[in-house]
Amino acid sequence: MKPRIEVVAIDCLMVRLFDVIAEDNMPWMLAATRRLREAFGTALVDLVPSYTTLMVHYHLTVLNPTQARELIHQALTELQPGPKGSGQAHVLPVWYDLSVGPELPLLAKRSGLAIEEVIRRHSQHEYQVFALGFAPGFAFMGLVDEILATPRLNTPRKRVAAGSVGIAERQTAAYPVVSPGGWNLIGRTPAKLFDRDRDGYSLMQPGDTVRYEAVSHSEFINLGGDDTPLEALV
Amino acid sequence: MSRLLIEASTPLCLLQDAGRFGVRHLGVTQGGALDWVSMSWANWLLGNPLDAPVVEITLGGFTVQAEDYCLLALAGADLGAYVDERAISPGRSFILQKGQRLRFTQPFSGARAYLAAPGGFDAPKVLGSCASVGREELGGLDGFGRALAEGAYLVYSGAGGGMRVLSAEQLPKLQSKAPLEVILGAQISQFGGQSLFDVFNSDWTLDSRADRMGIRLLGTPLEYQGPSLISEGIPLGAIQVPPDGQPIVLLNDRQTIGGYPRLGALTPLSLARLAQCLPGEKVRLAPVVQETAHRQQVDYLQRFLNS
Repeated sequence: MKPRIEVVAIDCLMVRLFDVIAEDNMPWMLAATRRLREAFGTALVDLVPSYTTLMVHYHLTVLNPTQARELIHQALTELQPGPKGSGQAHVLPVWYDLSVGPELPLLAKRSGLAIEEVIRRHSQHEYQVFALGFAPGFAFMGLVDEILATPRLNTPRKRVAAGSVGIAERQTAAYPVVSPGGWNLIGRTPAKLFDRDRDGYSLMQPGDTVRYEAVSHSEFINLGGDDTPLEALV
Repeated sequence: MSRLLIEASTPLCLLQDAGRFGVRHLGVTQGGALDWVSMSWANWLLGNPLDAPVVEITLGGFTVQAEDYCLLALAGADLGAYVDERAISPGRSFILQKGQRLRFTQPFSGARAYLAAPGGFDAPKVLGSCASVGREELGGLDGFGRALAEGAYLVYSGAGGGMRVLSAEQLPKLQSKAPLEVILGAQISQFGGQSLFDVFNSDWTLDSRADRMGIRLLGTPLEYQGPSLISEGIPLGAIQVPPDGQPIVLLNDRQTIGGYPRLGALTPLSLARLAQCLPGEKVRLAPVVQETAHRQQVDYLQRFLNS
């Protein structure tokens, strides 16, 4: 493990740990995150993890670029991967249904699987949260079963309902709030993904693991889900 | 406590501060005043912390009426501001007597004006900041990111601050034609040789497709020859180049991660100048070394302490 350090802005350095997206990256990414947070302390403005990188944004009145680079270097010397499962484990209830997951038939057709089997394959895997982005609390998770991998829609929808669960290539995610979106929708979760009044705000954090659990319509409603069909939102 | 009634506003008139920090790993954007230099001077005029909540007025169309005696400060663009019938230029603190109106008519020089009040305007801090971000429903007067609206009140509770005017030396040079400085990023070598020449040797025109997320620059298309990239964190001022070759400077309300190749990132001082340019204006880009830019920035910040 020899992380590369690259200049990205006046007060930001990119720590590049890997070249490909893999679930095995995560124990290393979590360990590096912890070390960097510790090393920078209050000199840290933000630490932005993505699939293979950590962007370190530091206070330029406290550190100059040479000092920041040296701190990163020291912090990551002899880095060891964190223990597996050091992130939080979540179970997200999902109501898989055509009215809220209009791309279920498309995924079934592309994969040659029955819709029930598409659902089973999506919900049987424990996903890693690689990064949050696009919107507050929007967690990019993977990796989805290769047979379900599907490119984004050619034309993104103008409005995707909050809680919508989708697939793009080998990633899956749930939309925290109503927003435009181009992912293939397969269901909806009643979980509140981002809450300004919650400690830590976002339900999911980078490095957490997530399992989707199929629930019935009545369970979905009992959990506070909104079953407004997607078409009705437009 | 002093109050101002908003009589006219636009979706581009927003409560801002320096932005939201420590939450970008959750997908929350930075937000904050696009021209941080002018915001800082507006606050400096009143002896406020430099990042106290201000109103960012883009292009004009904003009017307030004082419900009480108010001390205010103005910096940044000249948007044709009047106190009743008296024109008022940016770079000063001033008094609005009860009943008097302050209105911003149209841009004469620059794009964004910053209005400050003693102690900053009152607003709830959401995730540590009152910066208004509509699409994230964070910040602003209501805490849900909405723009300042007609009929709402701007309130401040601070006291103190006096009548001050920025010296010619302190007044930001909004009309400077100096090139915008770019700290080169790691992907710069993956652009074609001709593109690397064109970046720094041709004019770039600000597109009308511009908002608080980013400003598109129009010119000779740039050619990226490297492999496709995995999304990674995006710093403020990053210049990304989508497949059409027209660079986009990413601003305060940008998404937190993205996968387009980048030339590098503008310096904070250059970003402040860019924020004052209007669509159609031409800019030049010039490379700068990170260490040099860092020293310039630290030196500039000293001005607020020494002045």
